[in-house]
Formats: sequence, structure tokens, C-alpha cells
Amino acid sequence: MTSVSATPRAVTDWARGAVGSATDNAWVRFAVRRLERLIVSVWVLLTAAFAMIHLIPGDPVRAVLGPTASPQLVQAKRHDLGLDQPLYRQYGHYLHGVFTGDFGTSLGSGLPVSQVISQRLPATLELAVLAFAVAVLLAIPIGVLMSVLTRGGRARRTELTFTSTSVVLGAIPEFLLAVALVYVFGVNLGWLPVAGRSGPDSYILPVLSLAIGPAAVLARIVRVEMLAVLQADFVRTARAKRLRAAAIYLKHALPNAVTATLTLGGLLLSAMVAGTVLVENVFAWPGLGSTIVQSILAKDYPLVQGIVFVYGIGVLAVNLVVDVALALLDPRSAIRES
Amino acid sequence: MTATSTTTVAPSEPVIRAPRSGPAARWLAVLRTPVGASAGLLLAAVLIMAVLAPILWTDDATKIDTSAIGQGSSSAHWVGTDALGRDLFFRVLVATRLSIGLALLATLIAVGAGLILGTLPALVGRRLGRLVTALVNIAVAFPGLLLALFFAVIFGIGAKGAVLAIGFAGAPAFARLAQTLVAGVSERDYIAAARVAGVGRFRIVLRHVLPNIAEPLVVNATIGAGGALLGFAGLSFLGLGVQAPSYDWGRLLGEGLNGIYVHPAAALAPGVAVVIAGLAFNLFGEAVAKGLGQSVVVGHLPPLPRRRPARADGTEQAAQAASDSDTVLDVRDLTVTFPGPAGPVRPVRGVTLSIRRGEAVGVVGESGSGKSLTALALAQLIEEPGRVEAARLDFLGTDLTAGARAHRHLLGTKFAMVFQDPMTSFNPSRRIGGQLAELVREHGGLSRAEARTRAVDRLRAVRVPAPERRARQYPHEFSGGMRQRAMIALGMMGAPALIVADEPTTALDVTVQRQVLRLLDSIRTADDVAILLISHDVAVVGQVCERVLVMYAGRIVEDLPSAELLTGALHPYTRALVAAVPDMRTDLHQPLAVIPGRPVSPAEQPRGCAFAPRCPLATDKCEQEDPALVAHGPGHFVACWHAHG
Repeated sequence: MTSVSATPRAVTDWARGAVGSATDNAWVRFAVRRLERLIVSVWVLLTAAFAMIHLIPGDPVRAVLGPTASPQLVQAKRHDLGLDQPLYRQYGHYLHGVFTGDFGTSLGSGLPVSQVISQRLPATLELAVLAFAVAVLLAIPIGVLMSVLTRGGRARRTELTFTSTSVVLGAIPEFLLAVALVYVFGVNLGWLPVAGRSGPDSYILPVLSLAIGPAAVLARIVRVEMLAVLQADFVRTARAKRLRAAAIYLKHALPNAVTATLTLGGLLLSAMVAGTVLVENVFAWPGLGSTIVQSILAKDYPLVQGIVFVYGIGVLAVNLVVDVALALLDPRSAIRES
Repeated sequence: MTATSTTTVAPSEPVIRAPRSGPAARWLAVLRTPVGASAGLLLAAVLIMAVLAPILWTDDATKIDTSAIGQGSSSAHWVGTDALGRDLFFRVLVATRLSIGLALLATLIAVGAGLILGTLPALVGRRLGRLVTALVNIAVAFPGLLLALFFAVIFGIGAKGAVLAIGFAGAPAFARLAQTLVAGVSERDYIAAARVAGVGRFRIVLRHVLPNIAEPLVVNATIGAGGALLGFAGLSFLGLGVQAPSYDWGRLLGEGLNGIYVHPAAALAPGVAVVIAGLAFNLFGEAVAKGLGQSVVVGHLPPLPRRRPARADGTEQAAQAASDSDTVLDVRDLTVTFPGPAGPVRPVRGVTLSIRRGEAVGVVGESGSGKSLTALALAQLIEEPGRVEAARLDFLGTDLTAGARAHRHLLGTKFAMVFQDPMTSFNPSRRIGGQLAELVREHGGLSRAEARTRAVDRLRAVRVPAPERRARQYPHEFSGGMRQRAMIALGMMGAPALIVADEPTTALDVTVQRQVLRLLDSIRTADDVAILLISHDVAVVGQVCERVLVMYAGRIVEDLPSAELLTGALHPYTRALVAAVPDMRTDLHQPLAVIPGRPVSPAEQPRGCAFAPRCPLATDKCEQEDPALVAHGPGHFVACWHAHG
């Protein structure tokens, strides 16, 4: 409650770029709270990744080496992996390793896990970032246009077409969309390559597979948010000023619809991080996603552990970026939120 | 469900229950909507296929035919055959049972685990509950597929591991939902009563909370089953789910993708099956969720022929006479129509008024009398589907009946609006100064600096202290009174001839009200600006205005000089309004005077006088014929059959 009363002052100062004590307090509180959450989340993630191996029923080393391996070999491997040490020491060793960039050694290739990850990560990041950019660039113009066309119950048929199309597109999982795109553009038309990461045109299908579903969902949210904002009193004021329609929609309505869009956009982006796993497997994309599936199938646990951790950090980073962006765009909500 | 329906008050999120109808009836009603019916049919077809297909076609689906290996579609094999010559069409159909069954099983696990995690905070102590909540909040931030991969590693590759993985991956979302629902229900009176009565926590959750969150949970589980189905297809596609010789859609898809160049149908058929089944669950769940929180669908207005006033009839002369250079606004027979569920509704029914330069005219009436809509209609701010019609709508000699767009600059600079709620009437994401300056940049062609200077100057004119600093601030940094001043300053950015102020003081406290009214009055006298002040407060209007229009049910029932308001009002409604104003002499030991009855709804206007049902003087004539607004003295018009001076 105290933070509420402090808010207007804090925001005033923030808006002017001044540094007052109220500003400091509110923003420090926000930063501390957010950092706290981040640290706890990272710790939970680390612990979960560590616990993963120990939660596997039976002996993972035996599972890797197969039932025919000799007990001596299993014992030796256990020793190599440090699995014969007490749990707390393993945990300490694991934490120490993570903070020094040492994720252990891949059982399959014998390469350091960190090296495998740094080879594969860029391809996955490219895919996710491009797909997100495409999704946003498609969704915002389409959503705004649809809200303007269908506001106040106008153009029922357009609304129905848009809503049903976007519902269907949003409900199709990315890997099925990928298969459909491969069929249409790769097999049928032969326009685009369907596997691998070579030229710029090899990006088109994987990026579209990832982007279309979220774009459909996001466009629908943009429309709904815009419709709500268009009902707002201040839009009526803008209309009473007799501004041009474009100015009313783009300058007055859209910025106020962005907050909710961004909140959802963050969820979509972190879901996209996971979606790359499937899409990479459809397109034989040399990223983390194809690697993690191979290593799960090969029971290469140190590698799985490392990649799960990287994905988790990716999701946490997205959430952090979204929260900070929200705080900057709409200071009141961020500082009030607890 | 039926056993609890007597005590049930549903949580408001995400489903709102329609009052007084059994759960079964409501679900049936959903099936009667087009979307609900088709989604229900689709879902039924998928479920029937899941039951019947393995019984009917298992033999066809597993028959190995070495003479027909890896064929494309043909009349013998509609979708072709796989690497062992097995018919893929039948394999896709038979795979329905395993795909659906595993998805439902996973959903069950997700809901069960979610329910346990979600109700746990209500059962265990506060500290432990908070820990559970925090963990769920962290888990829910991770995408489901990532959690599924994590659990797939732990539970192992295969159908069993995948069911557990998808189930546990879905649990955090259901836990969050259950927490929200439980929190919503826990606030209710009957829970508090049970708690006071000493009912145990566990028993409260079991007997009082769970039954009341069952419905939204079931709806969300239906949608969740669609998600589980897609997730499972994903895991099987990756090779982490169902293992040979079993097969589900995901596995068929994975096998088919390898040969997509040769034989695309093998990949497309299972893909289509997954999408159809996924959509069936999704759409059905969404239809139910929407159906249970049903809102009224608004109808459409039939296109009416635009009524063009005959310019040469008798009313024309009177109108012409009024429309001299001194008249700012001249309106005849203004109507506002909206489409309603049961045909068009007309909340403003034939308002006629004119305002002279520098005149202050008040409009009073109860809420719903159509006074605010009249103001918006005059300003041409009614949006579709609403429709404004008038025999005449002249502003400063310009005919506005053709629409406002052609006269954008005139309206922008000469016609100012002040709205009721200053808290919401400014754009919260833009600075006040910019919002003021925008108007003259748009209509006056001023440069950014000039517009800024004018904005600061206008803020100063409405006595906003430190206007330079204030112009740089955001609306939420202004108090209500300051915002309303800024709103007036916005109106003053042009050179207004008319300010329409719609309840400008209602949202403000009494001392600020007075300041704002005084400000409006000083603008009027200084710049000869006409003011149309809309208010439900007779006292306010009487103080500020020279003339008062009394509105009832979308009509002006009396038009009189405000000096006559207290003693000379002729319409029984006006008198009742005046009598209802408490003043210093009001005996506070008596109940305050009220007007008996309620205003008529615009949807059901009576044939005769709309006030008749509440009027002490009403006779048969009043119920049969609607009285016209006729003169009863100089500047005094009344629409009443019983108005006698």
C-alpha cells in the first residue's frame, strides 16, 4: 500500500528523467524484487537440472552402457561422472561447474558440453529471434487493421473470417505447420529447401513455421486490446479533437494496447524457444533442438542436462526482458505490481 | 454437480454462470449454438472413432503386404502404404484410440496433480502454502514442451514416460488455475460461514470449494486435452513417445516425414488427423467457456432512408428566423438510434434546441434520459452502430447533417467538448502539453514550438499553476480538478464558439466543482462563448445557466428560464426534480424526497407521455397521446397535458 502512495511522485520524476529519492525507492524496490525472483528461478532451474539425473529410476550409467556391460566398467564410468560421491558434494561440484562454464563432458562425443552448446546455440537463437520479429511485424498491422475494420460490430463477416482463420492457425502446432509448408513449398512447388541451414532461403520455411501460429494469436490479442482501447474515454477525446483517423488509431490507441500485447508476446516468445525443438527436427536444423532430442535418445545425460539448463535460462531471460520493457512502457503497472 | 447447484455461486473467472439454470441445461444451450454444435459433433465423431476404429480395422491396419511396399495413394490404399506395405489410411484411423487415450490420460494426470498443487495452499499452513505457490509460479513460466522434455528424460522414453511427462508438464498451468479459482471461491460468504462454524480446512475444500470450481476446471481440462494431444503427437514425432510396434499419430507423422518427397500423403494424413482432433477439443472447450459466460449479441439496424427535411414547408420559416448570425447551434428533431436485441432503440427522440452566442443553456434529467447522448450527437461523436438523424443540424451556419468529416477543422477549433470523467478522458501514455498542442498542430498548422507555447498559455488561462511544468506531465500526475481544467484548456486551444460540457463536475468534489463552474462562466463572459451544460444536478444548472432544458426519456419536456426553475416550473417532472434537491432547510429527520418509480427504458417507450406512469397528475389522455412542446409564456415551453400556470 505504501508503494501506491509513492507511485505518482516516482513516476513524475521518472518521466522527467530526474533522480529524486522517491524515484530511487520505487525503482530500487522494483529492481530488487525482480532480481530476487530471477535468482530464485535460476536456483530452481539449476537444482532441477541437477536433480534430473538422480530422479531417473534405476542407474542411468547402466542404462547408457547397456545390460551387457561389466560391473567394473559401470563402476569406472560412475566414478568418471562423479556419481559415486555423496550427493551434496556432487551438487556443490555441479554448481561450481556451472558458474565456471563447465557443464561436464558429452558421453556420446567426448566433447565438453559447453563446446557443443556454443556450436549449436547460434542457429537456434537466429531461428527464434527471426521468428519473433516476423510474428510481431505481421501481427501488429493486421491486428490494428482488423480492430479498425470491425469496431462497434462492423463488418461481421470480416470479423468472423479473421477470427476463425486466426483460431485455426493458432491452434495448429508449429511442427504440423512445418510439415504442411514443406509439402506445399518444398515438395509441390519446389521453391524452397526443406532441410539444413545453408543460404538465406533455407531460413524461410523454419521461420514461417514458428512465426505463423504466434502471429495469429498475437493479431487476435492486438485486435481485442485495440477494441477495448477504442472504447476508452480518451479516444473519444481524440475524436472530439477531430484528428485524422490514422492519428487516433496509431498515436492514441495503439500505444495503450501495447502493454497487454507485450505481456502475451513474452509468453509466445518463450513458447517459441520450446517450439524450435520440434521445428528444428522437421528441418534437420543444426541447432540445440535437434541435439537435445538426439542426446535424450542416446541417453547422453550430461549433454541433456546442459541443454535443458540453457533453454531454461533462455526462457528466464525472455521473461526478464519483457518485465523490464513493461516497466519502462507502463511505469505505473510495473511499480505497483508485487 | 446437481447436488450442489442449490448453494452454487460460480467464481467469476473464467466462467460466469447464468442465473438460475441447471448445469445440464447450460451445457445443452451451448450445443445449440452453431459453433458449439459443430465442435460437439466433431468431438463426438473423434471419440466414436477412437472407440470403434481398432475394433473394426485392426486387421487391415496391421496386415503386412510385401507386394505393396511404400506405395502412394491408390484405390486399394487411399493414403498409400508404409515400408511394410501396411495400409496407412487404416493405420491413421486405428491410431485414433491410442492418440486420444494417451492424451486423455495425460490430461487426467495434469488436472489431478494441478488440483493437488492448487488446493494445497488452502490446506497446509501459510508458509508451506506460500512455498507451493511460489514454485508453481516459477514452473508455469516455462513452456509446456520444455517441461515435457525434462520429464521425458526422467520417466524414460516410451508411451508410459510420455504420458507422465505430458501430464506433469501440464500440472503447473492447472495448479495456477485451481489456485485462482480457489482464491475466488474462498472469498464467498458461505465459505466464511463454514469457517466460522468450525468446519475443518480439508472438509471445506472437499465439500464447499471443489464443487464450485468443478465447472471451469472441466472446461479448461477439455481445452487442455487438445493441448495434450498436440504435445503427445510432438513427443511421438520426435521419437520420445510411443515406440514401435505401437503407433499413434505422432509416430506415423514422423515415419511419413522421411518419405515426404516420394509419398507426401503418409505425412499429411496423420497431421490432418492431429489437427482435427486437437481442434475438436479446443473449439468445444472454448464454445462451452463462451457459452457459459454468454453475452447478449447486439442486432443490426436496418438501413433507413435518410430523412431529408422538406426545405419549403412551414417549419422552414421558423427555423430560418432562428438561424440568424447570432445563433451558434440550431437543431431540429434530433434522434439517436441504436440497434438492440429486440429491434432498434431510440434513446433520443426528437430534440429541438437552439443556442445563441454567449448563452449558457443547461440540460437536466435523470441518468438514462438521453442528455449525454444528445451532447455526443450534437458533436457528431456517436459511432456506428448508433445513428444520428436530424431535420436540421446547423453549427455556425454550417449544415452538419451530411456528417462531421467534411467540417473537421471547423468542429475541431470551434466546437469544444468537456467530458464527465477527467480521470479517463486524457490519454494516459502522453503528456498533457502534447495532447493540447496536438489540436492546433492538426487544425491551425502551428509549428511544434508555437503549439507548445499556446498549450502553456491556455493552461495558464484556466489557472493551472506552473503551466510550463504541468505541460510536461502525464495525466495521472494531475488531480481531478486540474485535469478538468486541462480539459477545458484543451477546448480553448482553438477559438471555441460553443463548449458542450457533459457532467463536467460530477466526478469532482464540491469545492472543486465550484471552481470549475466559475471558470466556465468566466470563459463565457470573457470570450462570448456559448455553453451547453449537461448535468443531473438541478442546483448546478440553475446557478450557471440562463435557460434550462429538462429532458425525460429522450425528449425535452420543459424549456424554461432558470430564474423560473424554483417557482415557475410547470411540468410535474421538473417540479419533482426541483423538490428532490435537498438544501439547508431540508428536514433531515424526514426521508429525502424522491421521485417514485423508475425511468422508462429506451427499449420500451410508451405510446403516450413517457412520464405518465410516475406522474401524480396522469390521466387516460396522458397514456394515450404524447404531448408536444408548446409555449406557455415568454421563453417557456412545456410538453404536458396538465401544465397550467
